[in-house]
Amino acid sequence: MTPPAERRLLTPEEYREAQASPEFVELKRRFRRFAFPMTVAFLTWYLLYVLLSTYAPDLMATPVFGNINLGILLGLGQFVSTFVITHVYVAHANKRTDPISDEMRERLEHHEYARPGGVGVTRGADETRGGRQ
Amino acid sequence: MLYAAPAAPATTTVGNPAVNISIFGIFVLITLAITFRASRNNKSAADYYAAGRNISGTQNGLAIAGDYLSAASFLGIAGAIAIYGYDGFLYSIGFLVAWLVALLLVAELMRNTARYTMADVLAFRMRQRPVRTAAATSTLVVSLFYLLAQMAGAGALVTLLLGVTGELAQAVVVVLVGALMMVYVLVGGMRGTTYVQIIKATLLIAGAAVMTVWVLGKYGFNFSALLGGAVDTSATQATPRDVLSPGGQYGATSISKLDFISLALALVFGTAGLPHVLMRFYTVPTAKDARRSVVWAIWLIGVFYLFSLVIGYGAGALVGADTILAAPGAVNAAAPLLAFELGGTILLGVIAGVAFATILAVVAGLTITASASFAHDIYASVIKKGQVNPNAEVKVARIAAIVIGAISIGLGILALQAGLNIAFLVALAFAIAASANLPTIIYTLFWQRFTTQGALWSIYGGLITCVTLILFSPVVSGAPVNPATGKSPSLIQDVDFSWFPLNNPGLVSIPLSFFLGWLGTKLSKEQPDELKNAELEVRALTGIGAEKAVAH
Repeated sequence: MTPPAERRLLTPEEYREAQASPEFVELKRRFRRFAFPMTVAFLTWYLLYVLLSTYAPDLMATPVFGNINLGILLGLGQFVSTFVITHVYVAHANKRTDPISDEMRERLEHHEYARPGGVGVTRGADETRGGRQ
Repeated sequence: MLYAAPAAPATTTVGNPAVNISIFGIFVLITLAITFRASRNNKSAADYYAAGRNISGTQNGLAIAGDYLSAASFLGIAGAIAIYGYDGFLYSIGFLVAWLVALLLVAELMRNTARYTMADVLAFRMRQRPVRTAAATSTLVVSLFYLLAQMAGAGALVTLLLGVTGELAQAVVVVLVGALMMVYVLVGGMRGTTYVQIIKATLLIAGAAVMTVWVLGKYGFNFSALLGGAVDTSATQATPRDVLSPGGQYGATSISKLDFISLALALVFGTAGLPHVLMRFYTVPTAKDARRSVVWAIWLIGVFYLFSLVIGYGAGALVGADTILAAPGAVNAAAPLLAFELGGTILLGVIAGVAFATILAVVAGLTITASASFAHDIYASVIKKGQVNPNAEVKVARIAAIVIGAISIGLGILALQAGLNIAFLVALAFAIAASANLPTIIYTLFWQRFTTQGALWSIYGGLITCVTLILFSPVVSGAPVNPATGKSPSLIQDVDFSWFPLNNPGLVSIPLSFFLGWLGTKLSKEQPDELKNAELEVRALTGIGAEKAVAH
């Protein structure tokens, strides 16, 4: 599928240049360093809760206050952690990844990752023009 | 399981069917008017498939909640909490936590790279035709199972809510639901469907909020006192259960425990692979709006499940398990019966109308997804090899919507009359989405070396394993006969060819699909297309080249 007609389509080489650029490496690092460990964390916490509820029902039935027991508290804790992770992710994206991706999109639209000589120019020309901010 | 079809034919109805039907009628009239208004802006393929990509993040969040909170969520979870207590609550948590997978890993990246279907992304850097065919096949299978469940659910629900009994009358209701749904889809396209979802979600959440406050008010706004009420009522029932501790529903044997783990996995990995959920991400203008819509969806769905917790325990305390199980609709009757207990005929009418509207809206969303996948992936890309103009493609999509609608009406009537367990269909749809779709989506977005062979092994491997294991599970044959009804809960009575002990295949099929995706890639000689990789990765993270909103 081809992207929609823009002023001029980006060439595959521009995408490769953009992918190799230090700002993209940094964007990818920031995105993954947040998303991957967080995914592992919430999946572990969810599976732990499911396993406790399934295999340790007596522990989960421990009363905490009134009729509220540990199982219900941990279950509500799953809701709280989901809301908190959502909030933290949005803050992270707004502060840490959006500025880079917005700027890169702007530069890609202006074909700033295209090389003056066209395809296949060796690296080096980039350092002066496309370096990090 | 949740959402069992009513075991016995209904002899009584609750409330006044005329009130229920008129409230539902008002909903239909309003949504039809809005659908016809929305149709004025339906010109291009992007309009039909993706609502012109100018639905706002907030609106889309509501629409996602509308799509996701199907009748199984609304009636099934409240009912399970009312009868089994804690285990019903446990079930709802999987449905919510699953959204973090969508938020962190899938929504924004898919928005940036797909046009209309999941296959747009999966086939992007692979050999187009085989991967598109595979992705479209699993999209159609998941959508069809989900559709079937909703259609059969519609029939089961009206037995209780609208006072319609008898096989013929139920079949007429299923046909009516199907016909209305086709009008929404054909006239309104994705935009009309989205508005229907938004209205439905608003009504559903507002209705649940009213019931929650009402129930809590009866217990002096003390949640602990409500739980006490549920415990007291449960102690007087025919089968007293400890409704506050885990194990009421799933804790019976070591197999039922494993079965629950399997279901928990299918729920948490299935959501982000459901094609009709993914399709909603393409209706917003940018990745930021996709993020915003998931955030809204998480809050709305989370709050709704908290309401369900109160409504479920409220029904357990104020109505009681015996009354609920004796009502037509059984477990599913908990929320409507509680509404009747609290607010009489009018509140019941509102809740009944909302529940019915729920099915209508979900069915419309599924149909548009399945028809888009057929027209965009199979017809335009595989059969016509991309040589087709968008108008012809949309025409095919509309015809596909009619065919899919007709098939689901036919199968829905069969499923209803066979008394098919609806929860099994929904759980199977989640299990297939988790096994056939999610591993390939994750590998495509995050693993550069992933190849065509890996994608095919993962999609077909997950799909075939899932369906095979279900076929040889107690769902289809060999479940022990229930002494109360004298029938086995299996689909086929009196034969036993089952050898897979679990009702849900997720525990086996999800890891297997991830493994097959890895193995297929390692064993293939195909070199990853580096330029396509670069394009996909840069587009996914920066949003360059993403489809823009259509200006009207």
